[in-house]
Amino acid sequence: MIKIRNPKDFWAGLIFIAIGAGAAIIARDYPMGTIARMGAGYFPFVLGTLLALVGVIITLMALGADGEPVGAFALRPLFVILGAVVVFGVIVKTLGMVISLALLVIGTAFGGHEFKLKEVLILAVVMAAFCTLVFIKGLGLPFPVWPAFGQ
Amino acid sequence: MELLSNLGLGFSVAFTTTNLLYCFLGVLLGTLIGVLPGIGPIATIAMLLPVTFTLPPVSALIMLAGIYYGAQYGGSTTAILVNLPGESSSVVTALDGYQMARQGRAGVALATAGLGSFFAGCVATFLLAAAAPPLAEIAFKFGPAEYFSLMTLGLVLAVVLAHGSVIKAVAMILLGILLGFVGQDVNSGIPRFTFGIPEIQDKLEFVCVAMGMFGFAEIIRNLEKKGDRDVFTNEVHGLMPSKKDFKDAAPAVVRGTLLGSILGILPGGGAILASFSAYTLEKKLAKDPSTFGKGDIRGVAAPESANNAAAQTSFVPLLTLGIPPNPVMALMVGAMIIQGIQPGPLVMTSKPDLFWGLIVSMWIGNLMLIILNLPLIGIWVKLLKIPYRLLYPAILAFCCIGVYSVNNAAVDVYLTAFFGLVGYVLIKLDCEPAPLLLGLILGPMMEENLRRAMLLSRGDPMTFVERPLSAVLLGVAVVLLALVFAPAIKKKREEAFQEAD
Repeated sequence: MIKIRNPKDFWAGLIFIAIGAGAAIIARDYPMGTIARMGAGYFPFVLGTLLALVGVIITLMALGADGEPVGAFALRPLFVILGAVVVFGVIVKTLGMVISLALLVIGTAFGGHEFKLKEVLILAVVMAAFCTLVFIKGLGLPFPVWPAFGQ
Repeated sequence: MELLSNLGLGFSVAFTTTNLLYCFLGVLLGTLIGVLPGIGPIATIAMLLPVTFTLPPVSALIMLAGIYYGAQYGGSTTAILVNLPGESSSVVTALDGYQMARQGRAGVALATAGLGSFFAGCVATFLLAAAAPPLAEIAFKFGPAEYFSLMTLGLVLAVVLAHGSVIKAVAMILLGILLGFVGQDVNSGIPRFTFGIPEIQDKLEFVCVAMGMFGFAEIIRNLEKKGDRDVFTNEVHGLMPSKKDFKDAAPAVVRGTLLGSILGILPGGGAILASFSAYTLEKKLAKDPSTFGKGDIRGVAAPESANNAAAQTSFVPLLTLGIPPNPVMALMVGAMIIQGIQPGPLVMTSKPDLFWGLIVSMWIGNLMLIILNLPLIGIWVKLLKIPYRLLYPAILAFCCIGVYSVNNAAVDVYLTAFFGLVGYVLIKLDCEPAPLLLGLILGPMMEENLRRAMLLSRGDPMTFVERPLSAVLLGVAVVLLALVFAPAIKKKREEAFQEAD
């Protein structure tokens, strides 16, 4: 019976194997060329294979030596924050800086441990105003300030 | 003397009102983001990159450079007062700095960090001025084989000096190089690993990976822990170190400066590495290492001098060889290309005003920083009173604006979120993101040079060993790699890093 003694390394190794092998397989579809005239697939194929091999070593070593278990994932911050960031990317062009940024601040703040509505609302307003002034008015970055239909 | 006339040219460039202003702006911003945990020079420079387009080239580079070394000053303030690294290069400063603050010696610790950084900054500026011209000469002798070997050495160094598992660092570098393949192959124009996403047909935006893995993933990790931090804000008085403090700290500052300067020049080095190594060295040299971690002044003096020295000397490979030795320098390449300047040995001869102006501005910047950070420390302390729950949404907001504005593309924001997820998973599995970033930066250049070298040698790989410069570089890399896997050294290395933790 195989026992995983170092879970962190075991999973890391498997990830490396998957990515390395995947890269090597995809790279085989590109022209390989010869060693003197390397094609687009040559170096990626070699490195993908190497990564997979290193992954195998890490995985095997994880069976032989003890290590710490993988800690708990902070799922709430992870998904709430990354979700808020993605939403910002979706809406910023149509809804403009002020609304998108305020939503981003409120959304990301919601991913933390403490959420005090009043405090967060003030922060959202301050940040939206500050970023509009500094980045759009001051530095001239090409963001719309308000929703397109509002103008 | 040529050096003097060159420095004279530098002074005439750096001392114009505009450039002094941008230098000040840079170091001020640098201190600010250095003090604030969670936002670093990478995010800040990325955010300002599109803006620099409108500035004259010299002013743009002077400001961006100021952000990098300014952050090294600011980072120590947070490390000492809050026990939280304001900057990742100040992680080790927190060990003894915070203990000093708890003993009521916060002022002394801050002054030591500031004065040490200033000394290091002056020495590094001079080193940069003295070392760059001869190195640029050597760079002209470099062919593709030498470039490839040098980058291999850089990556090996990053592995040897990386924190934690050696083999996982190797894997992370390979992963980084693979990520660097994403986009169009420069030789054949074939898009590689693009998965049909049109926005990455050209290349994967480096800023997305860097900001996702360092910025986002770090913030999420910080949010794992509940509870707020203690800030020693009322106890900052008595800035001046005593005579004994001076005697203890001075040799550490000198050693830290030297070590930092060397590690900054090497590809794969940089401020983070320098501070870790300097701390380890001090502990090794100390007669009684048990005082470290309990408020030893050397534990503050050495790493803070080292990280500032390295931040400045890391411009050497960029300006002489055109190789960015760390992620921040990779962004500087971006800034130079925006201005139509190709980094490399030609910069010095074709744009001497830019080269020498930048160097002299660093010295001026250091002078500004010591004033900003010591007499005005009270202002920065106030900033630290902002609770993290309000700070991180603001930091994320700046990051999002920064990522979006690099290419004006929403896809970059999604990619950053994706790499935030990837980075967080990797952190949970104890895989350091720094080697990955280096692989990502150097990967495309390595492939390019490997192909050219192979083409020139008609497919004979012996070219790497037959050319003397290349052979030496590769030899050093092999020896280092062999050493790090040798059982005895491996154990020592693990101990060293354990101590630094």
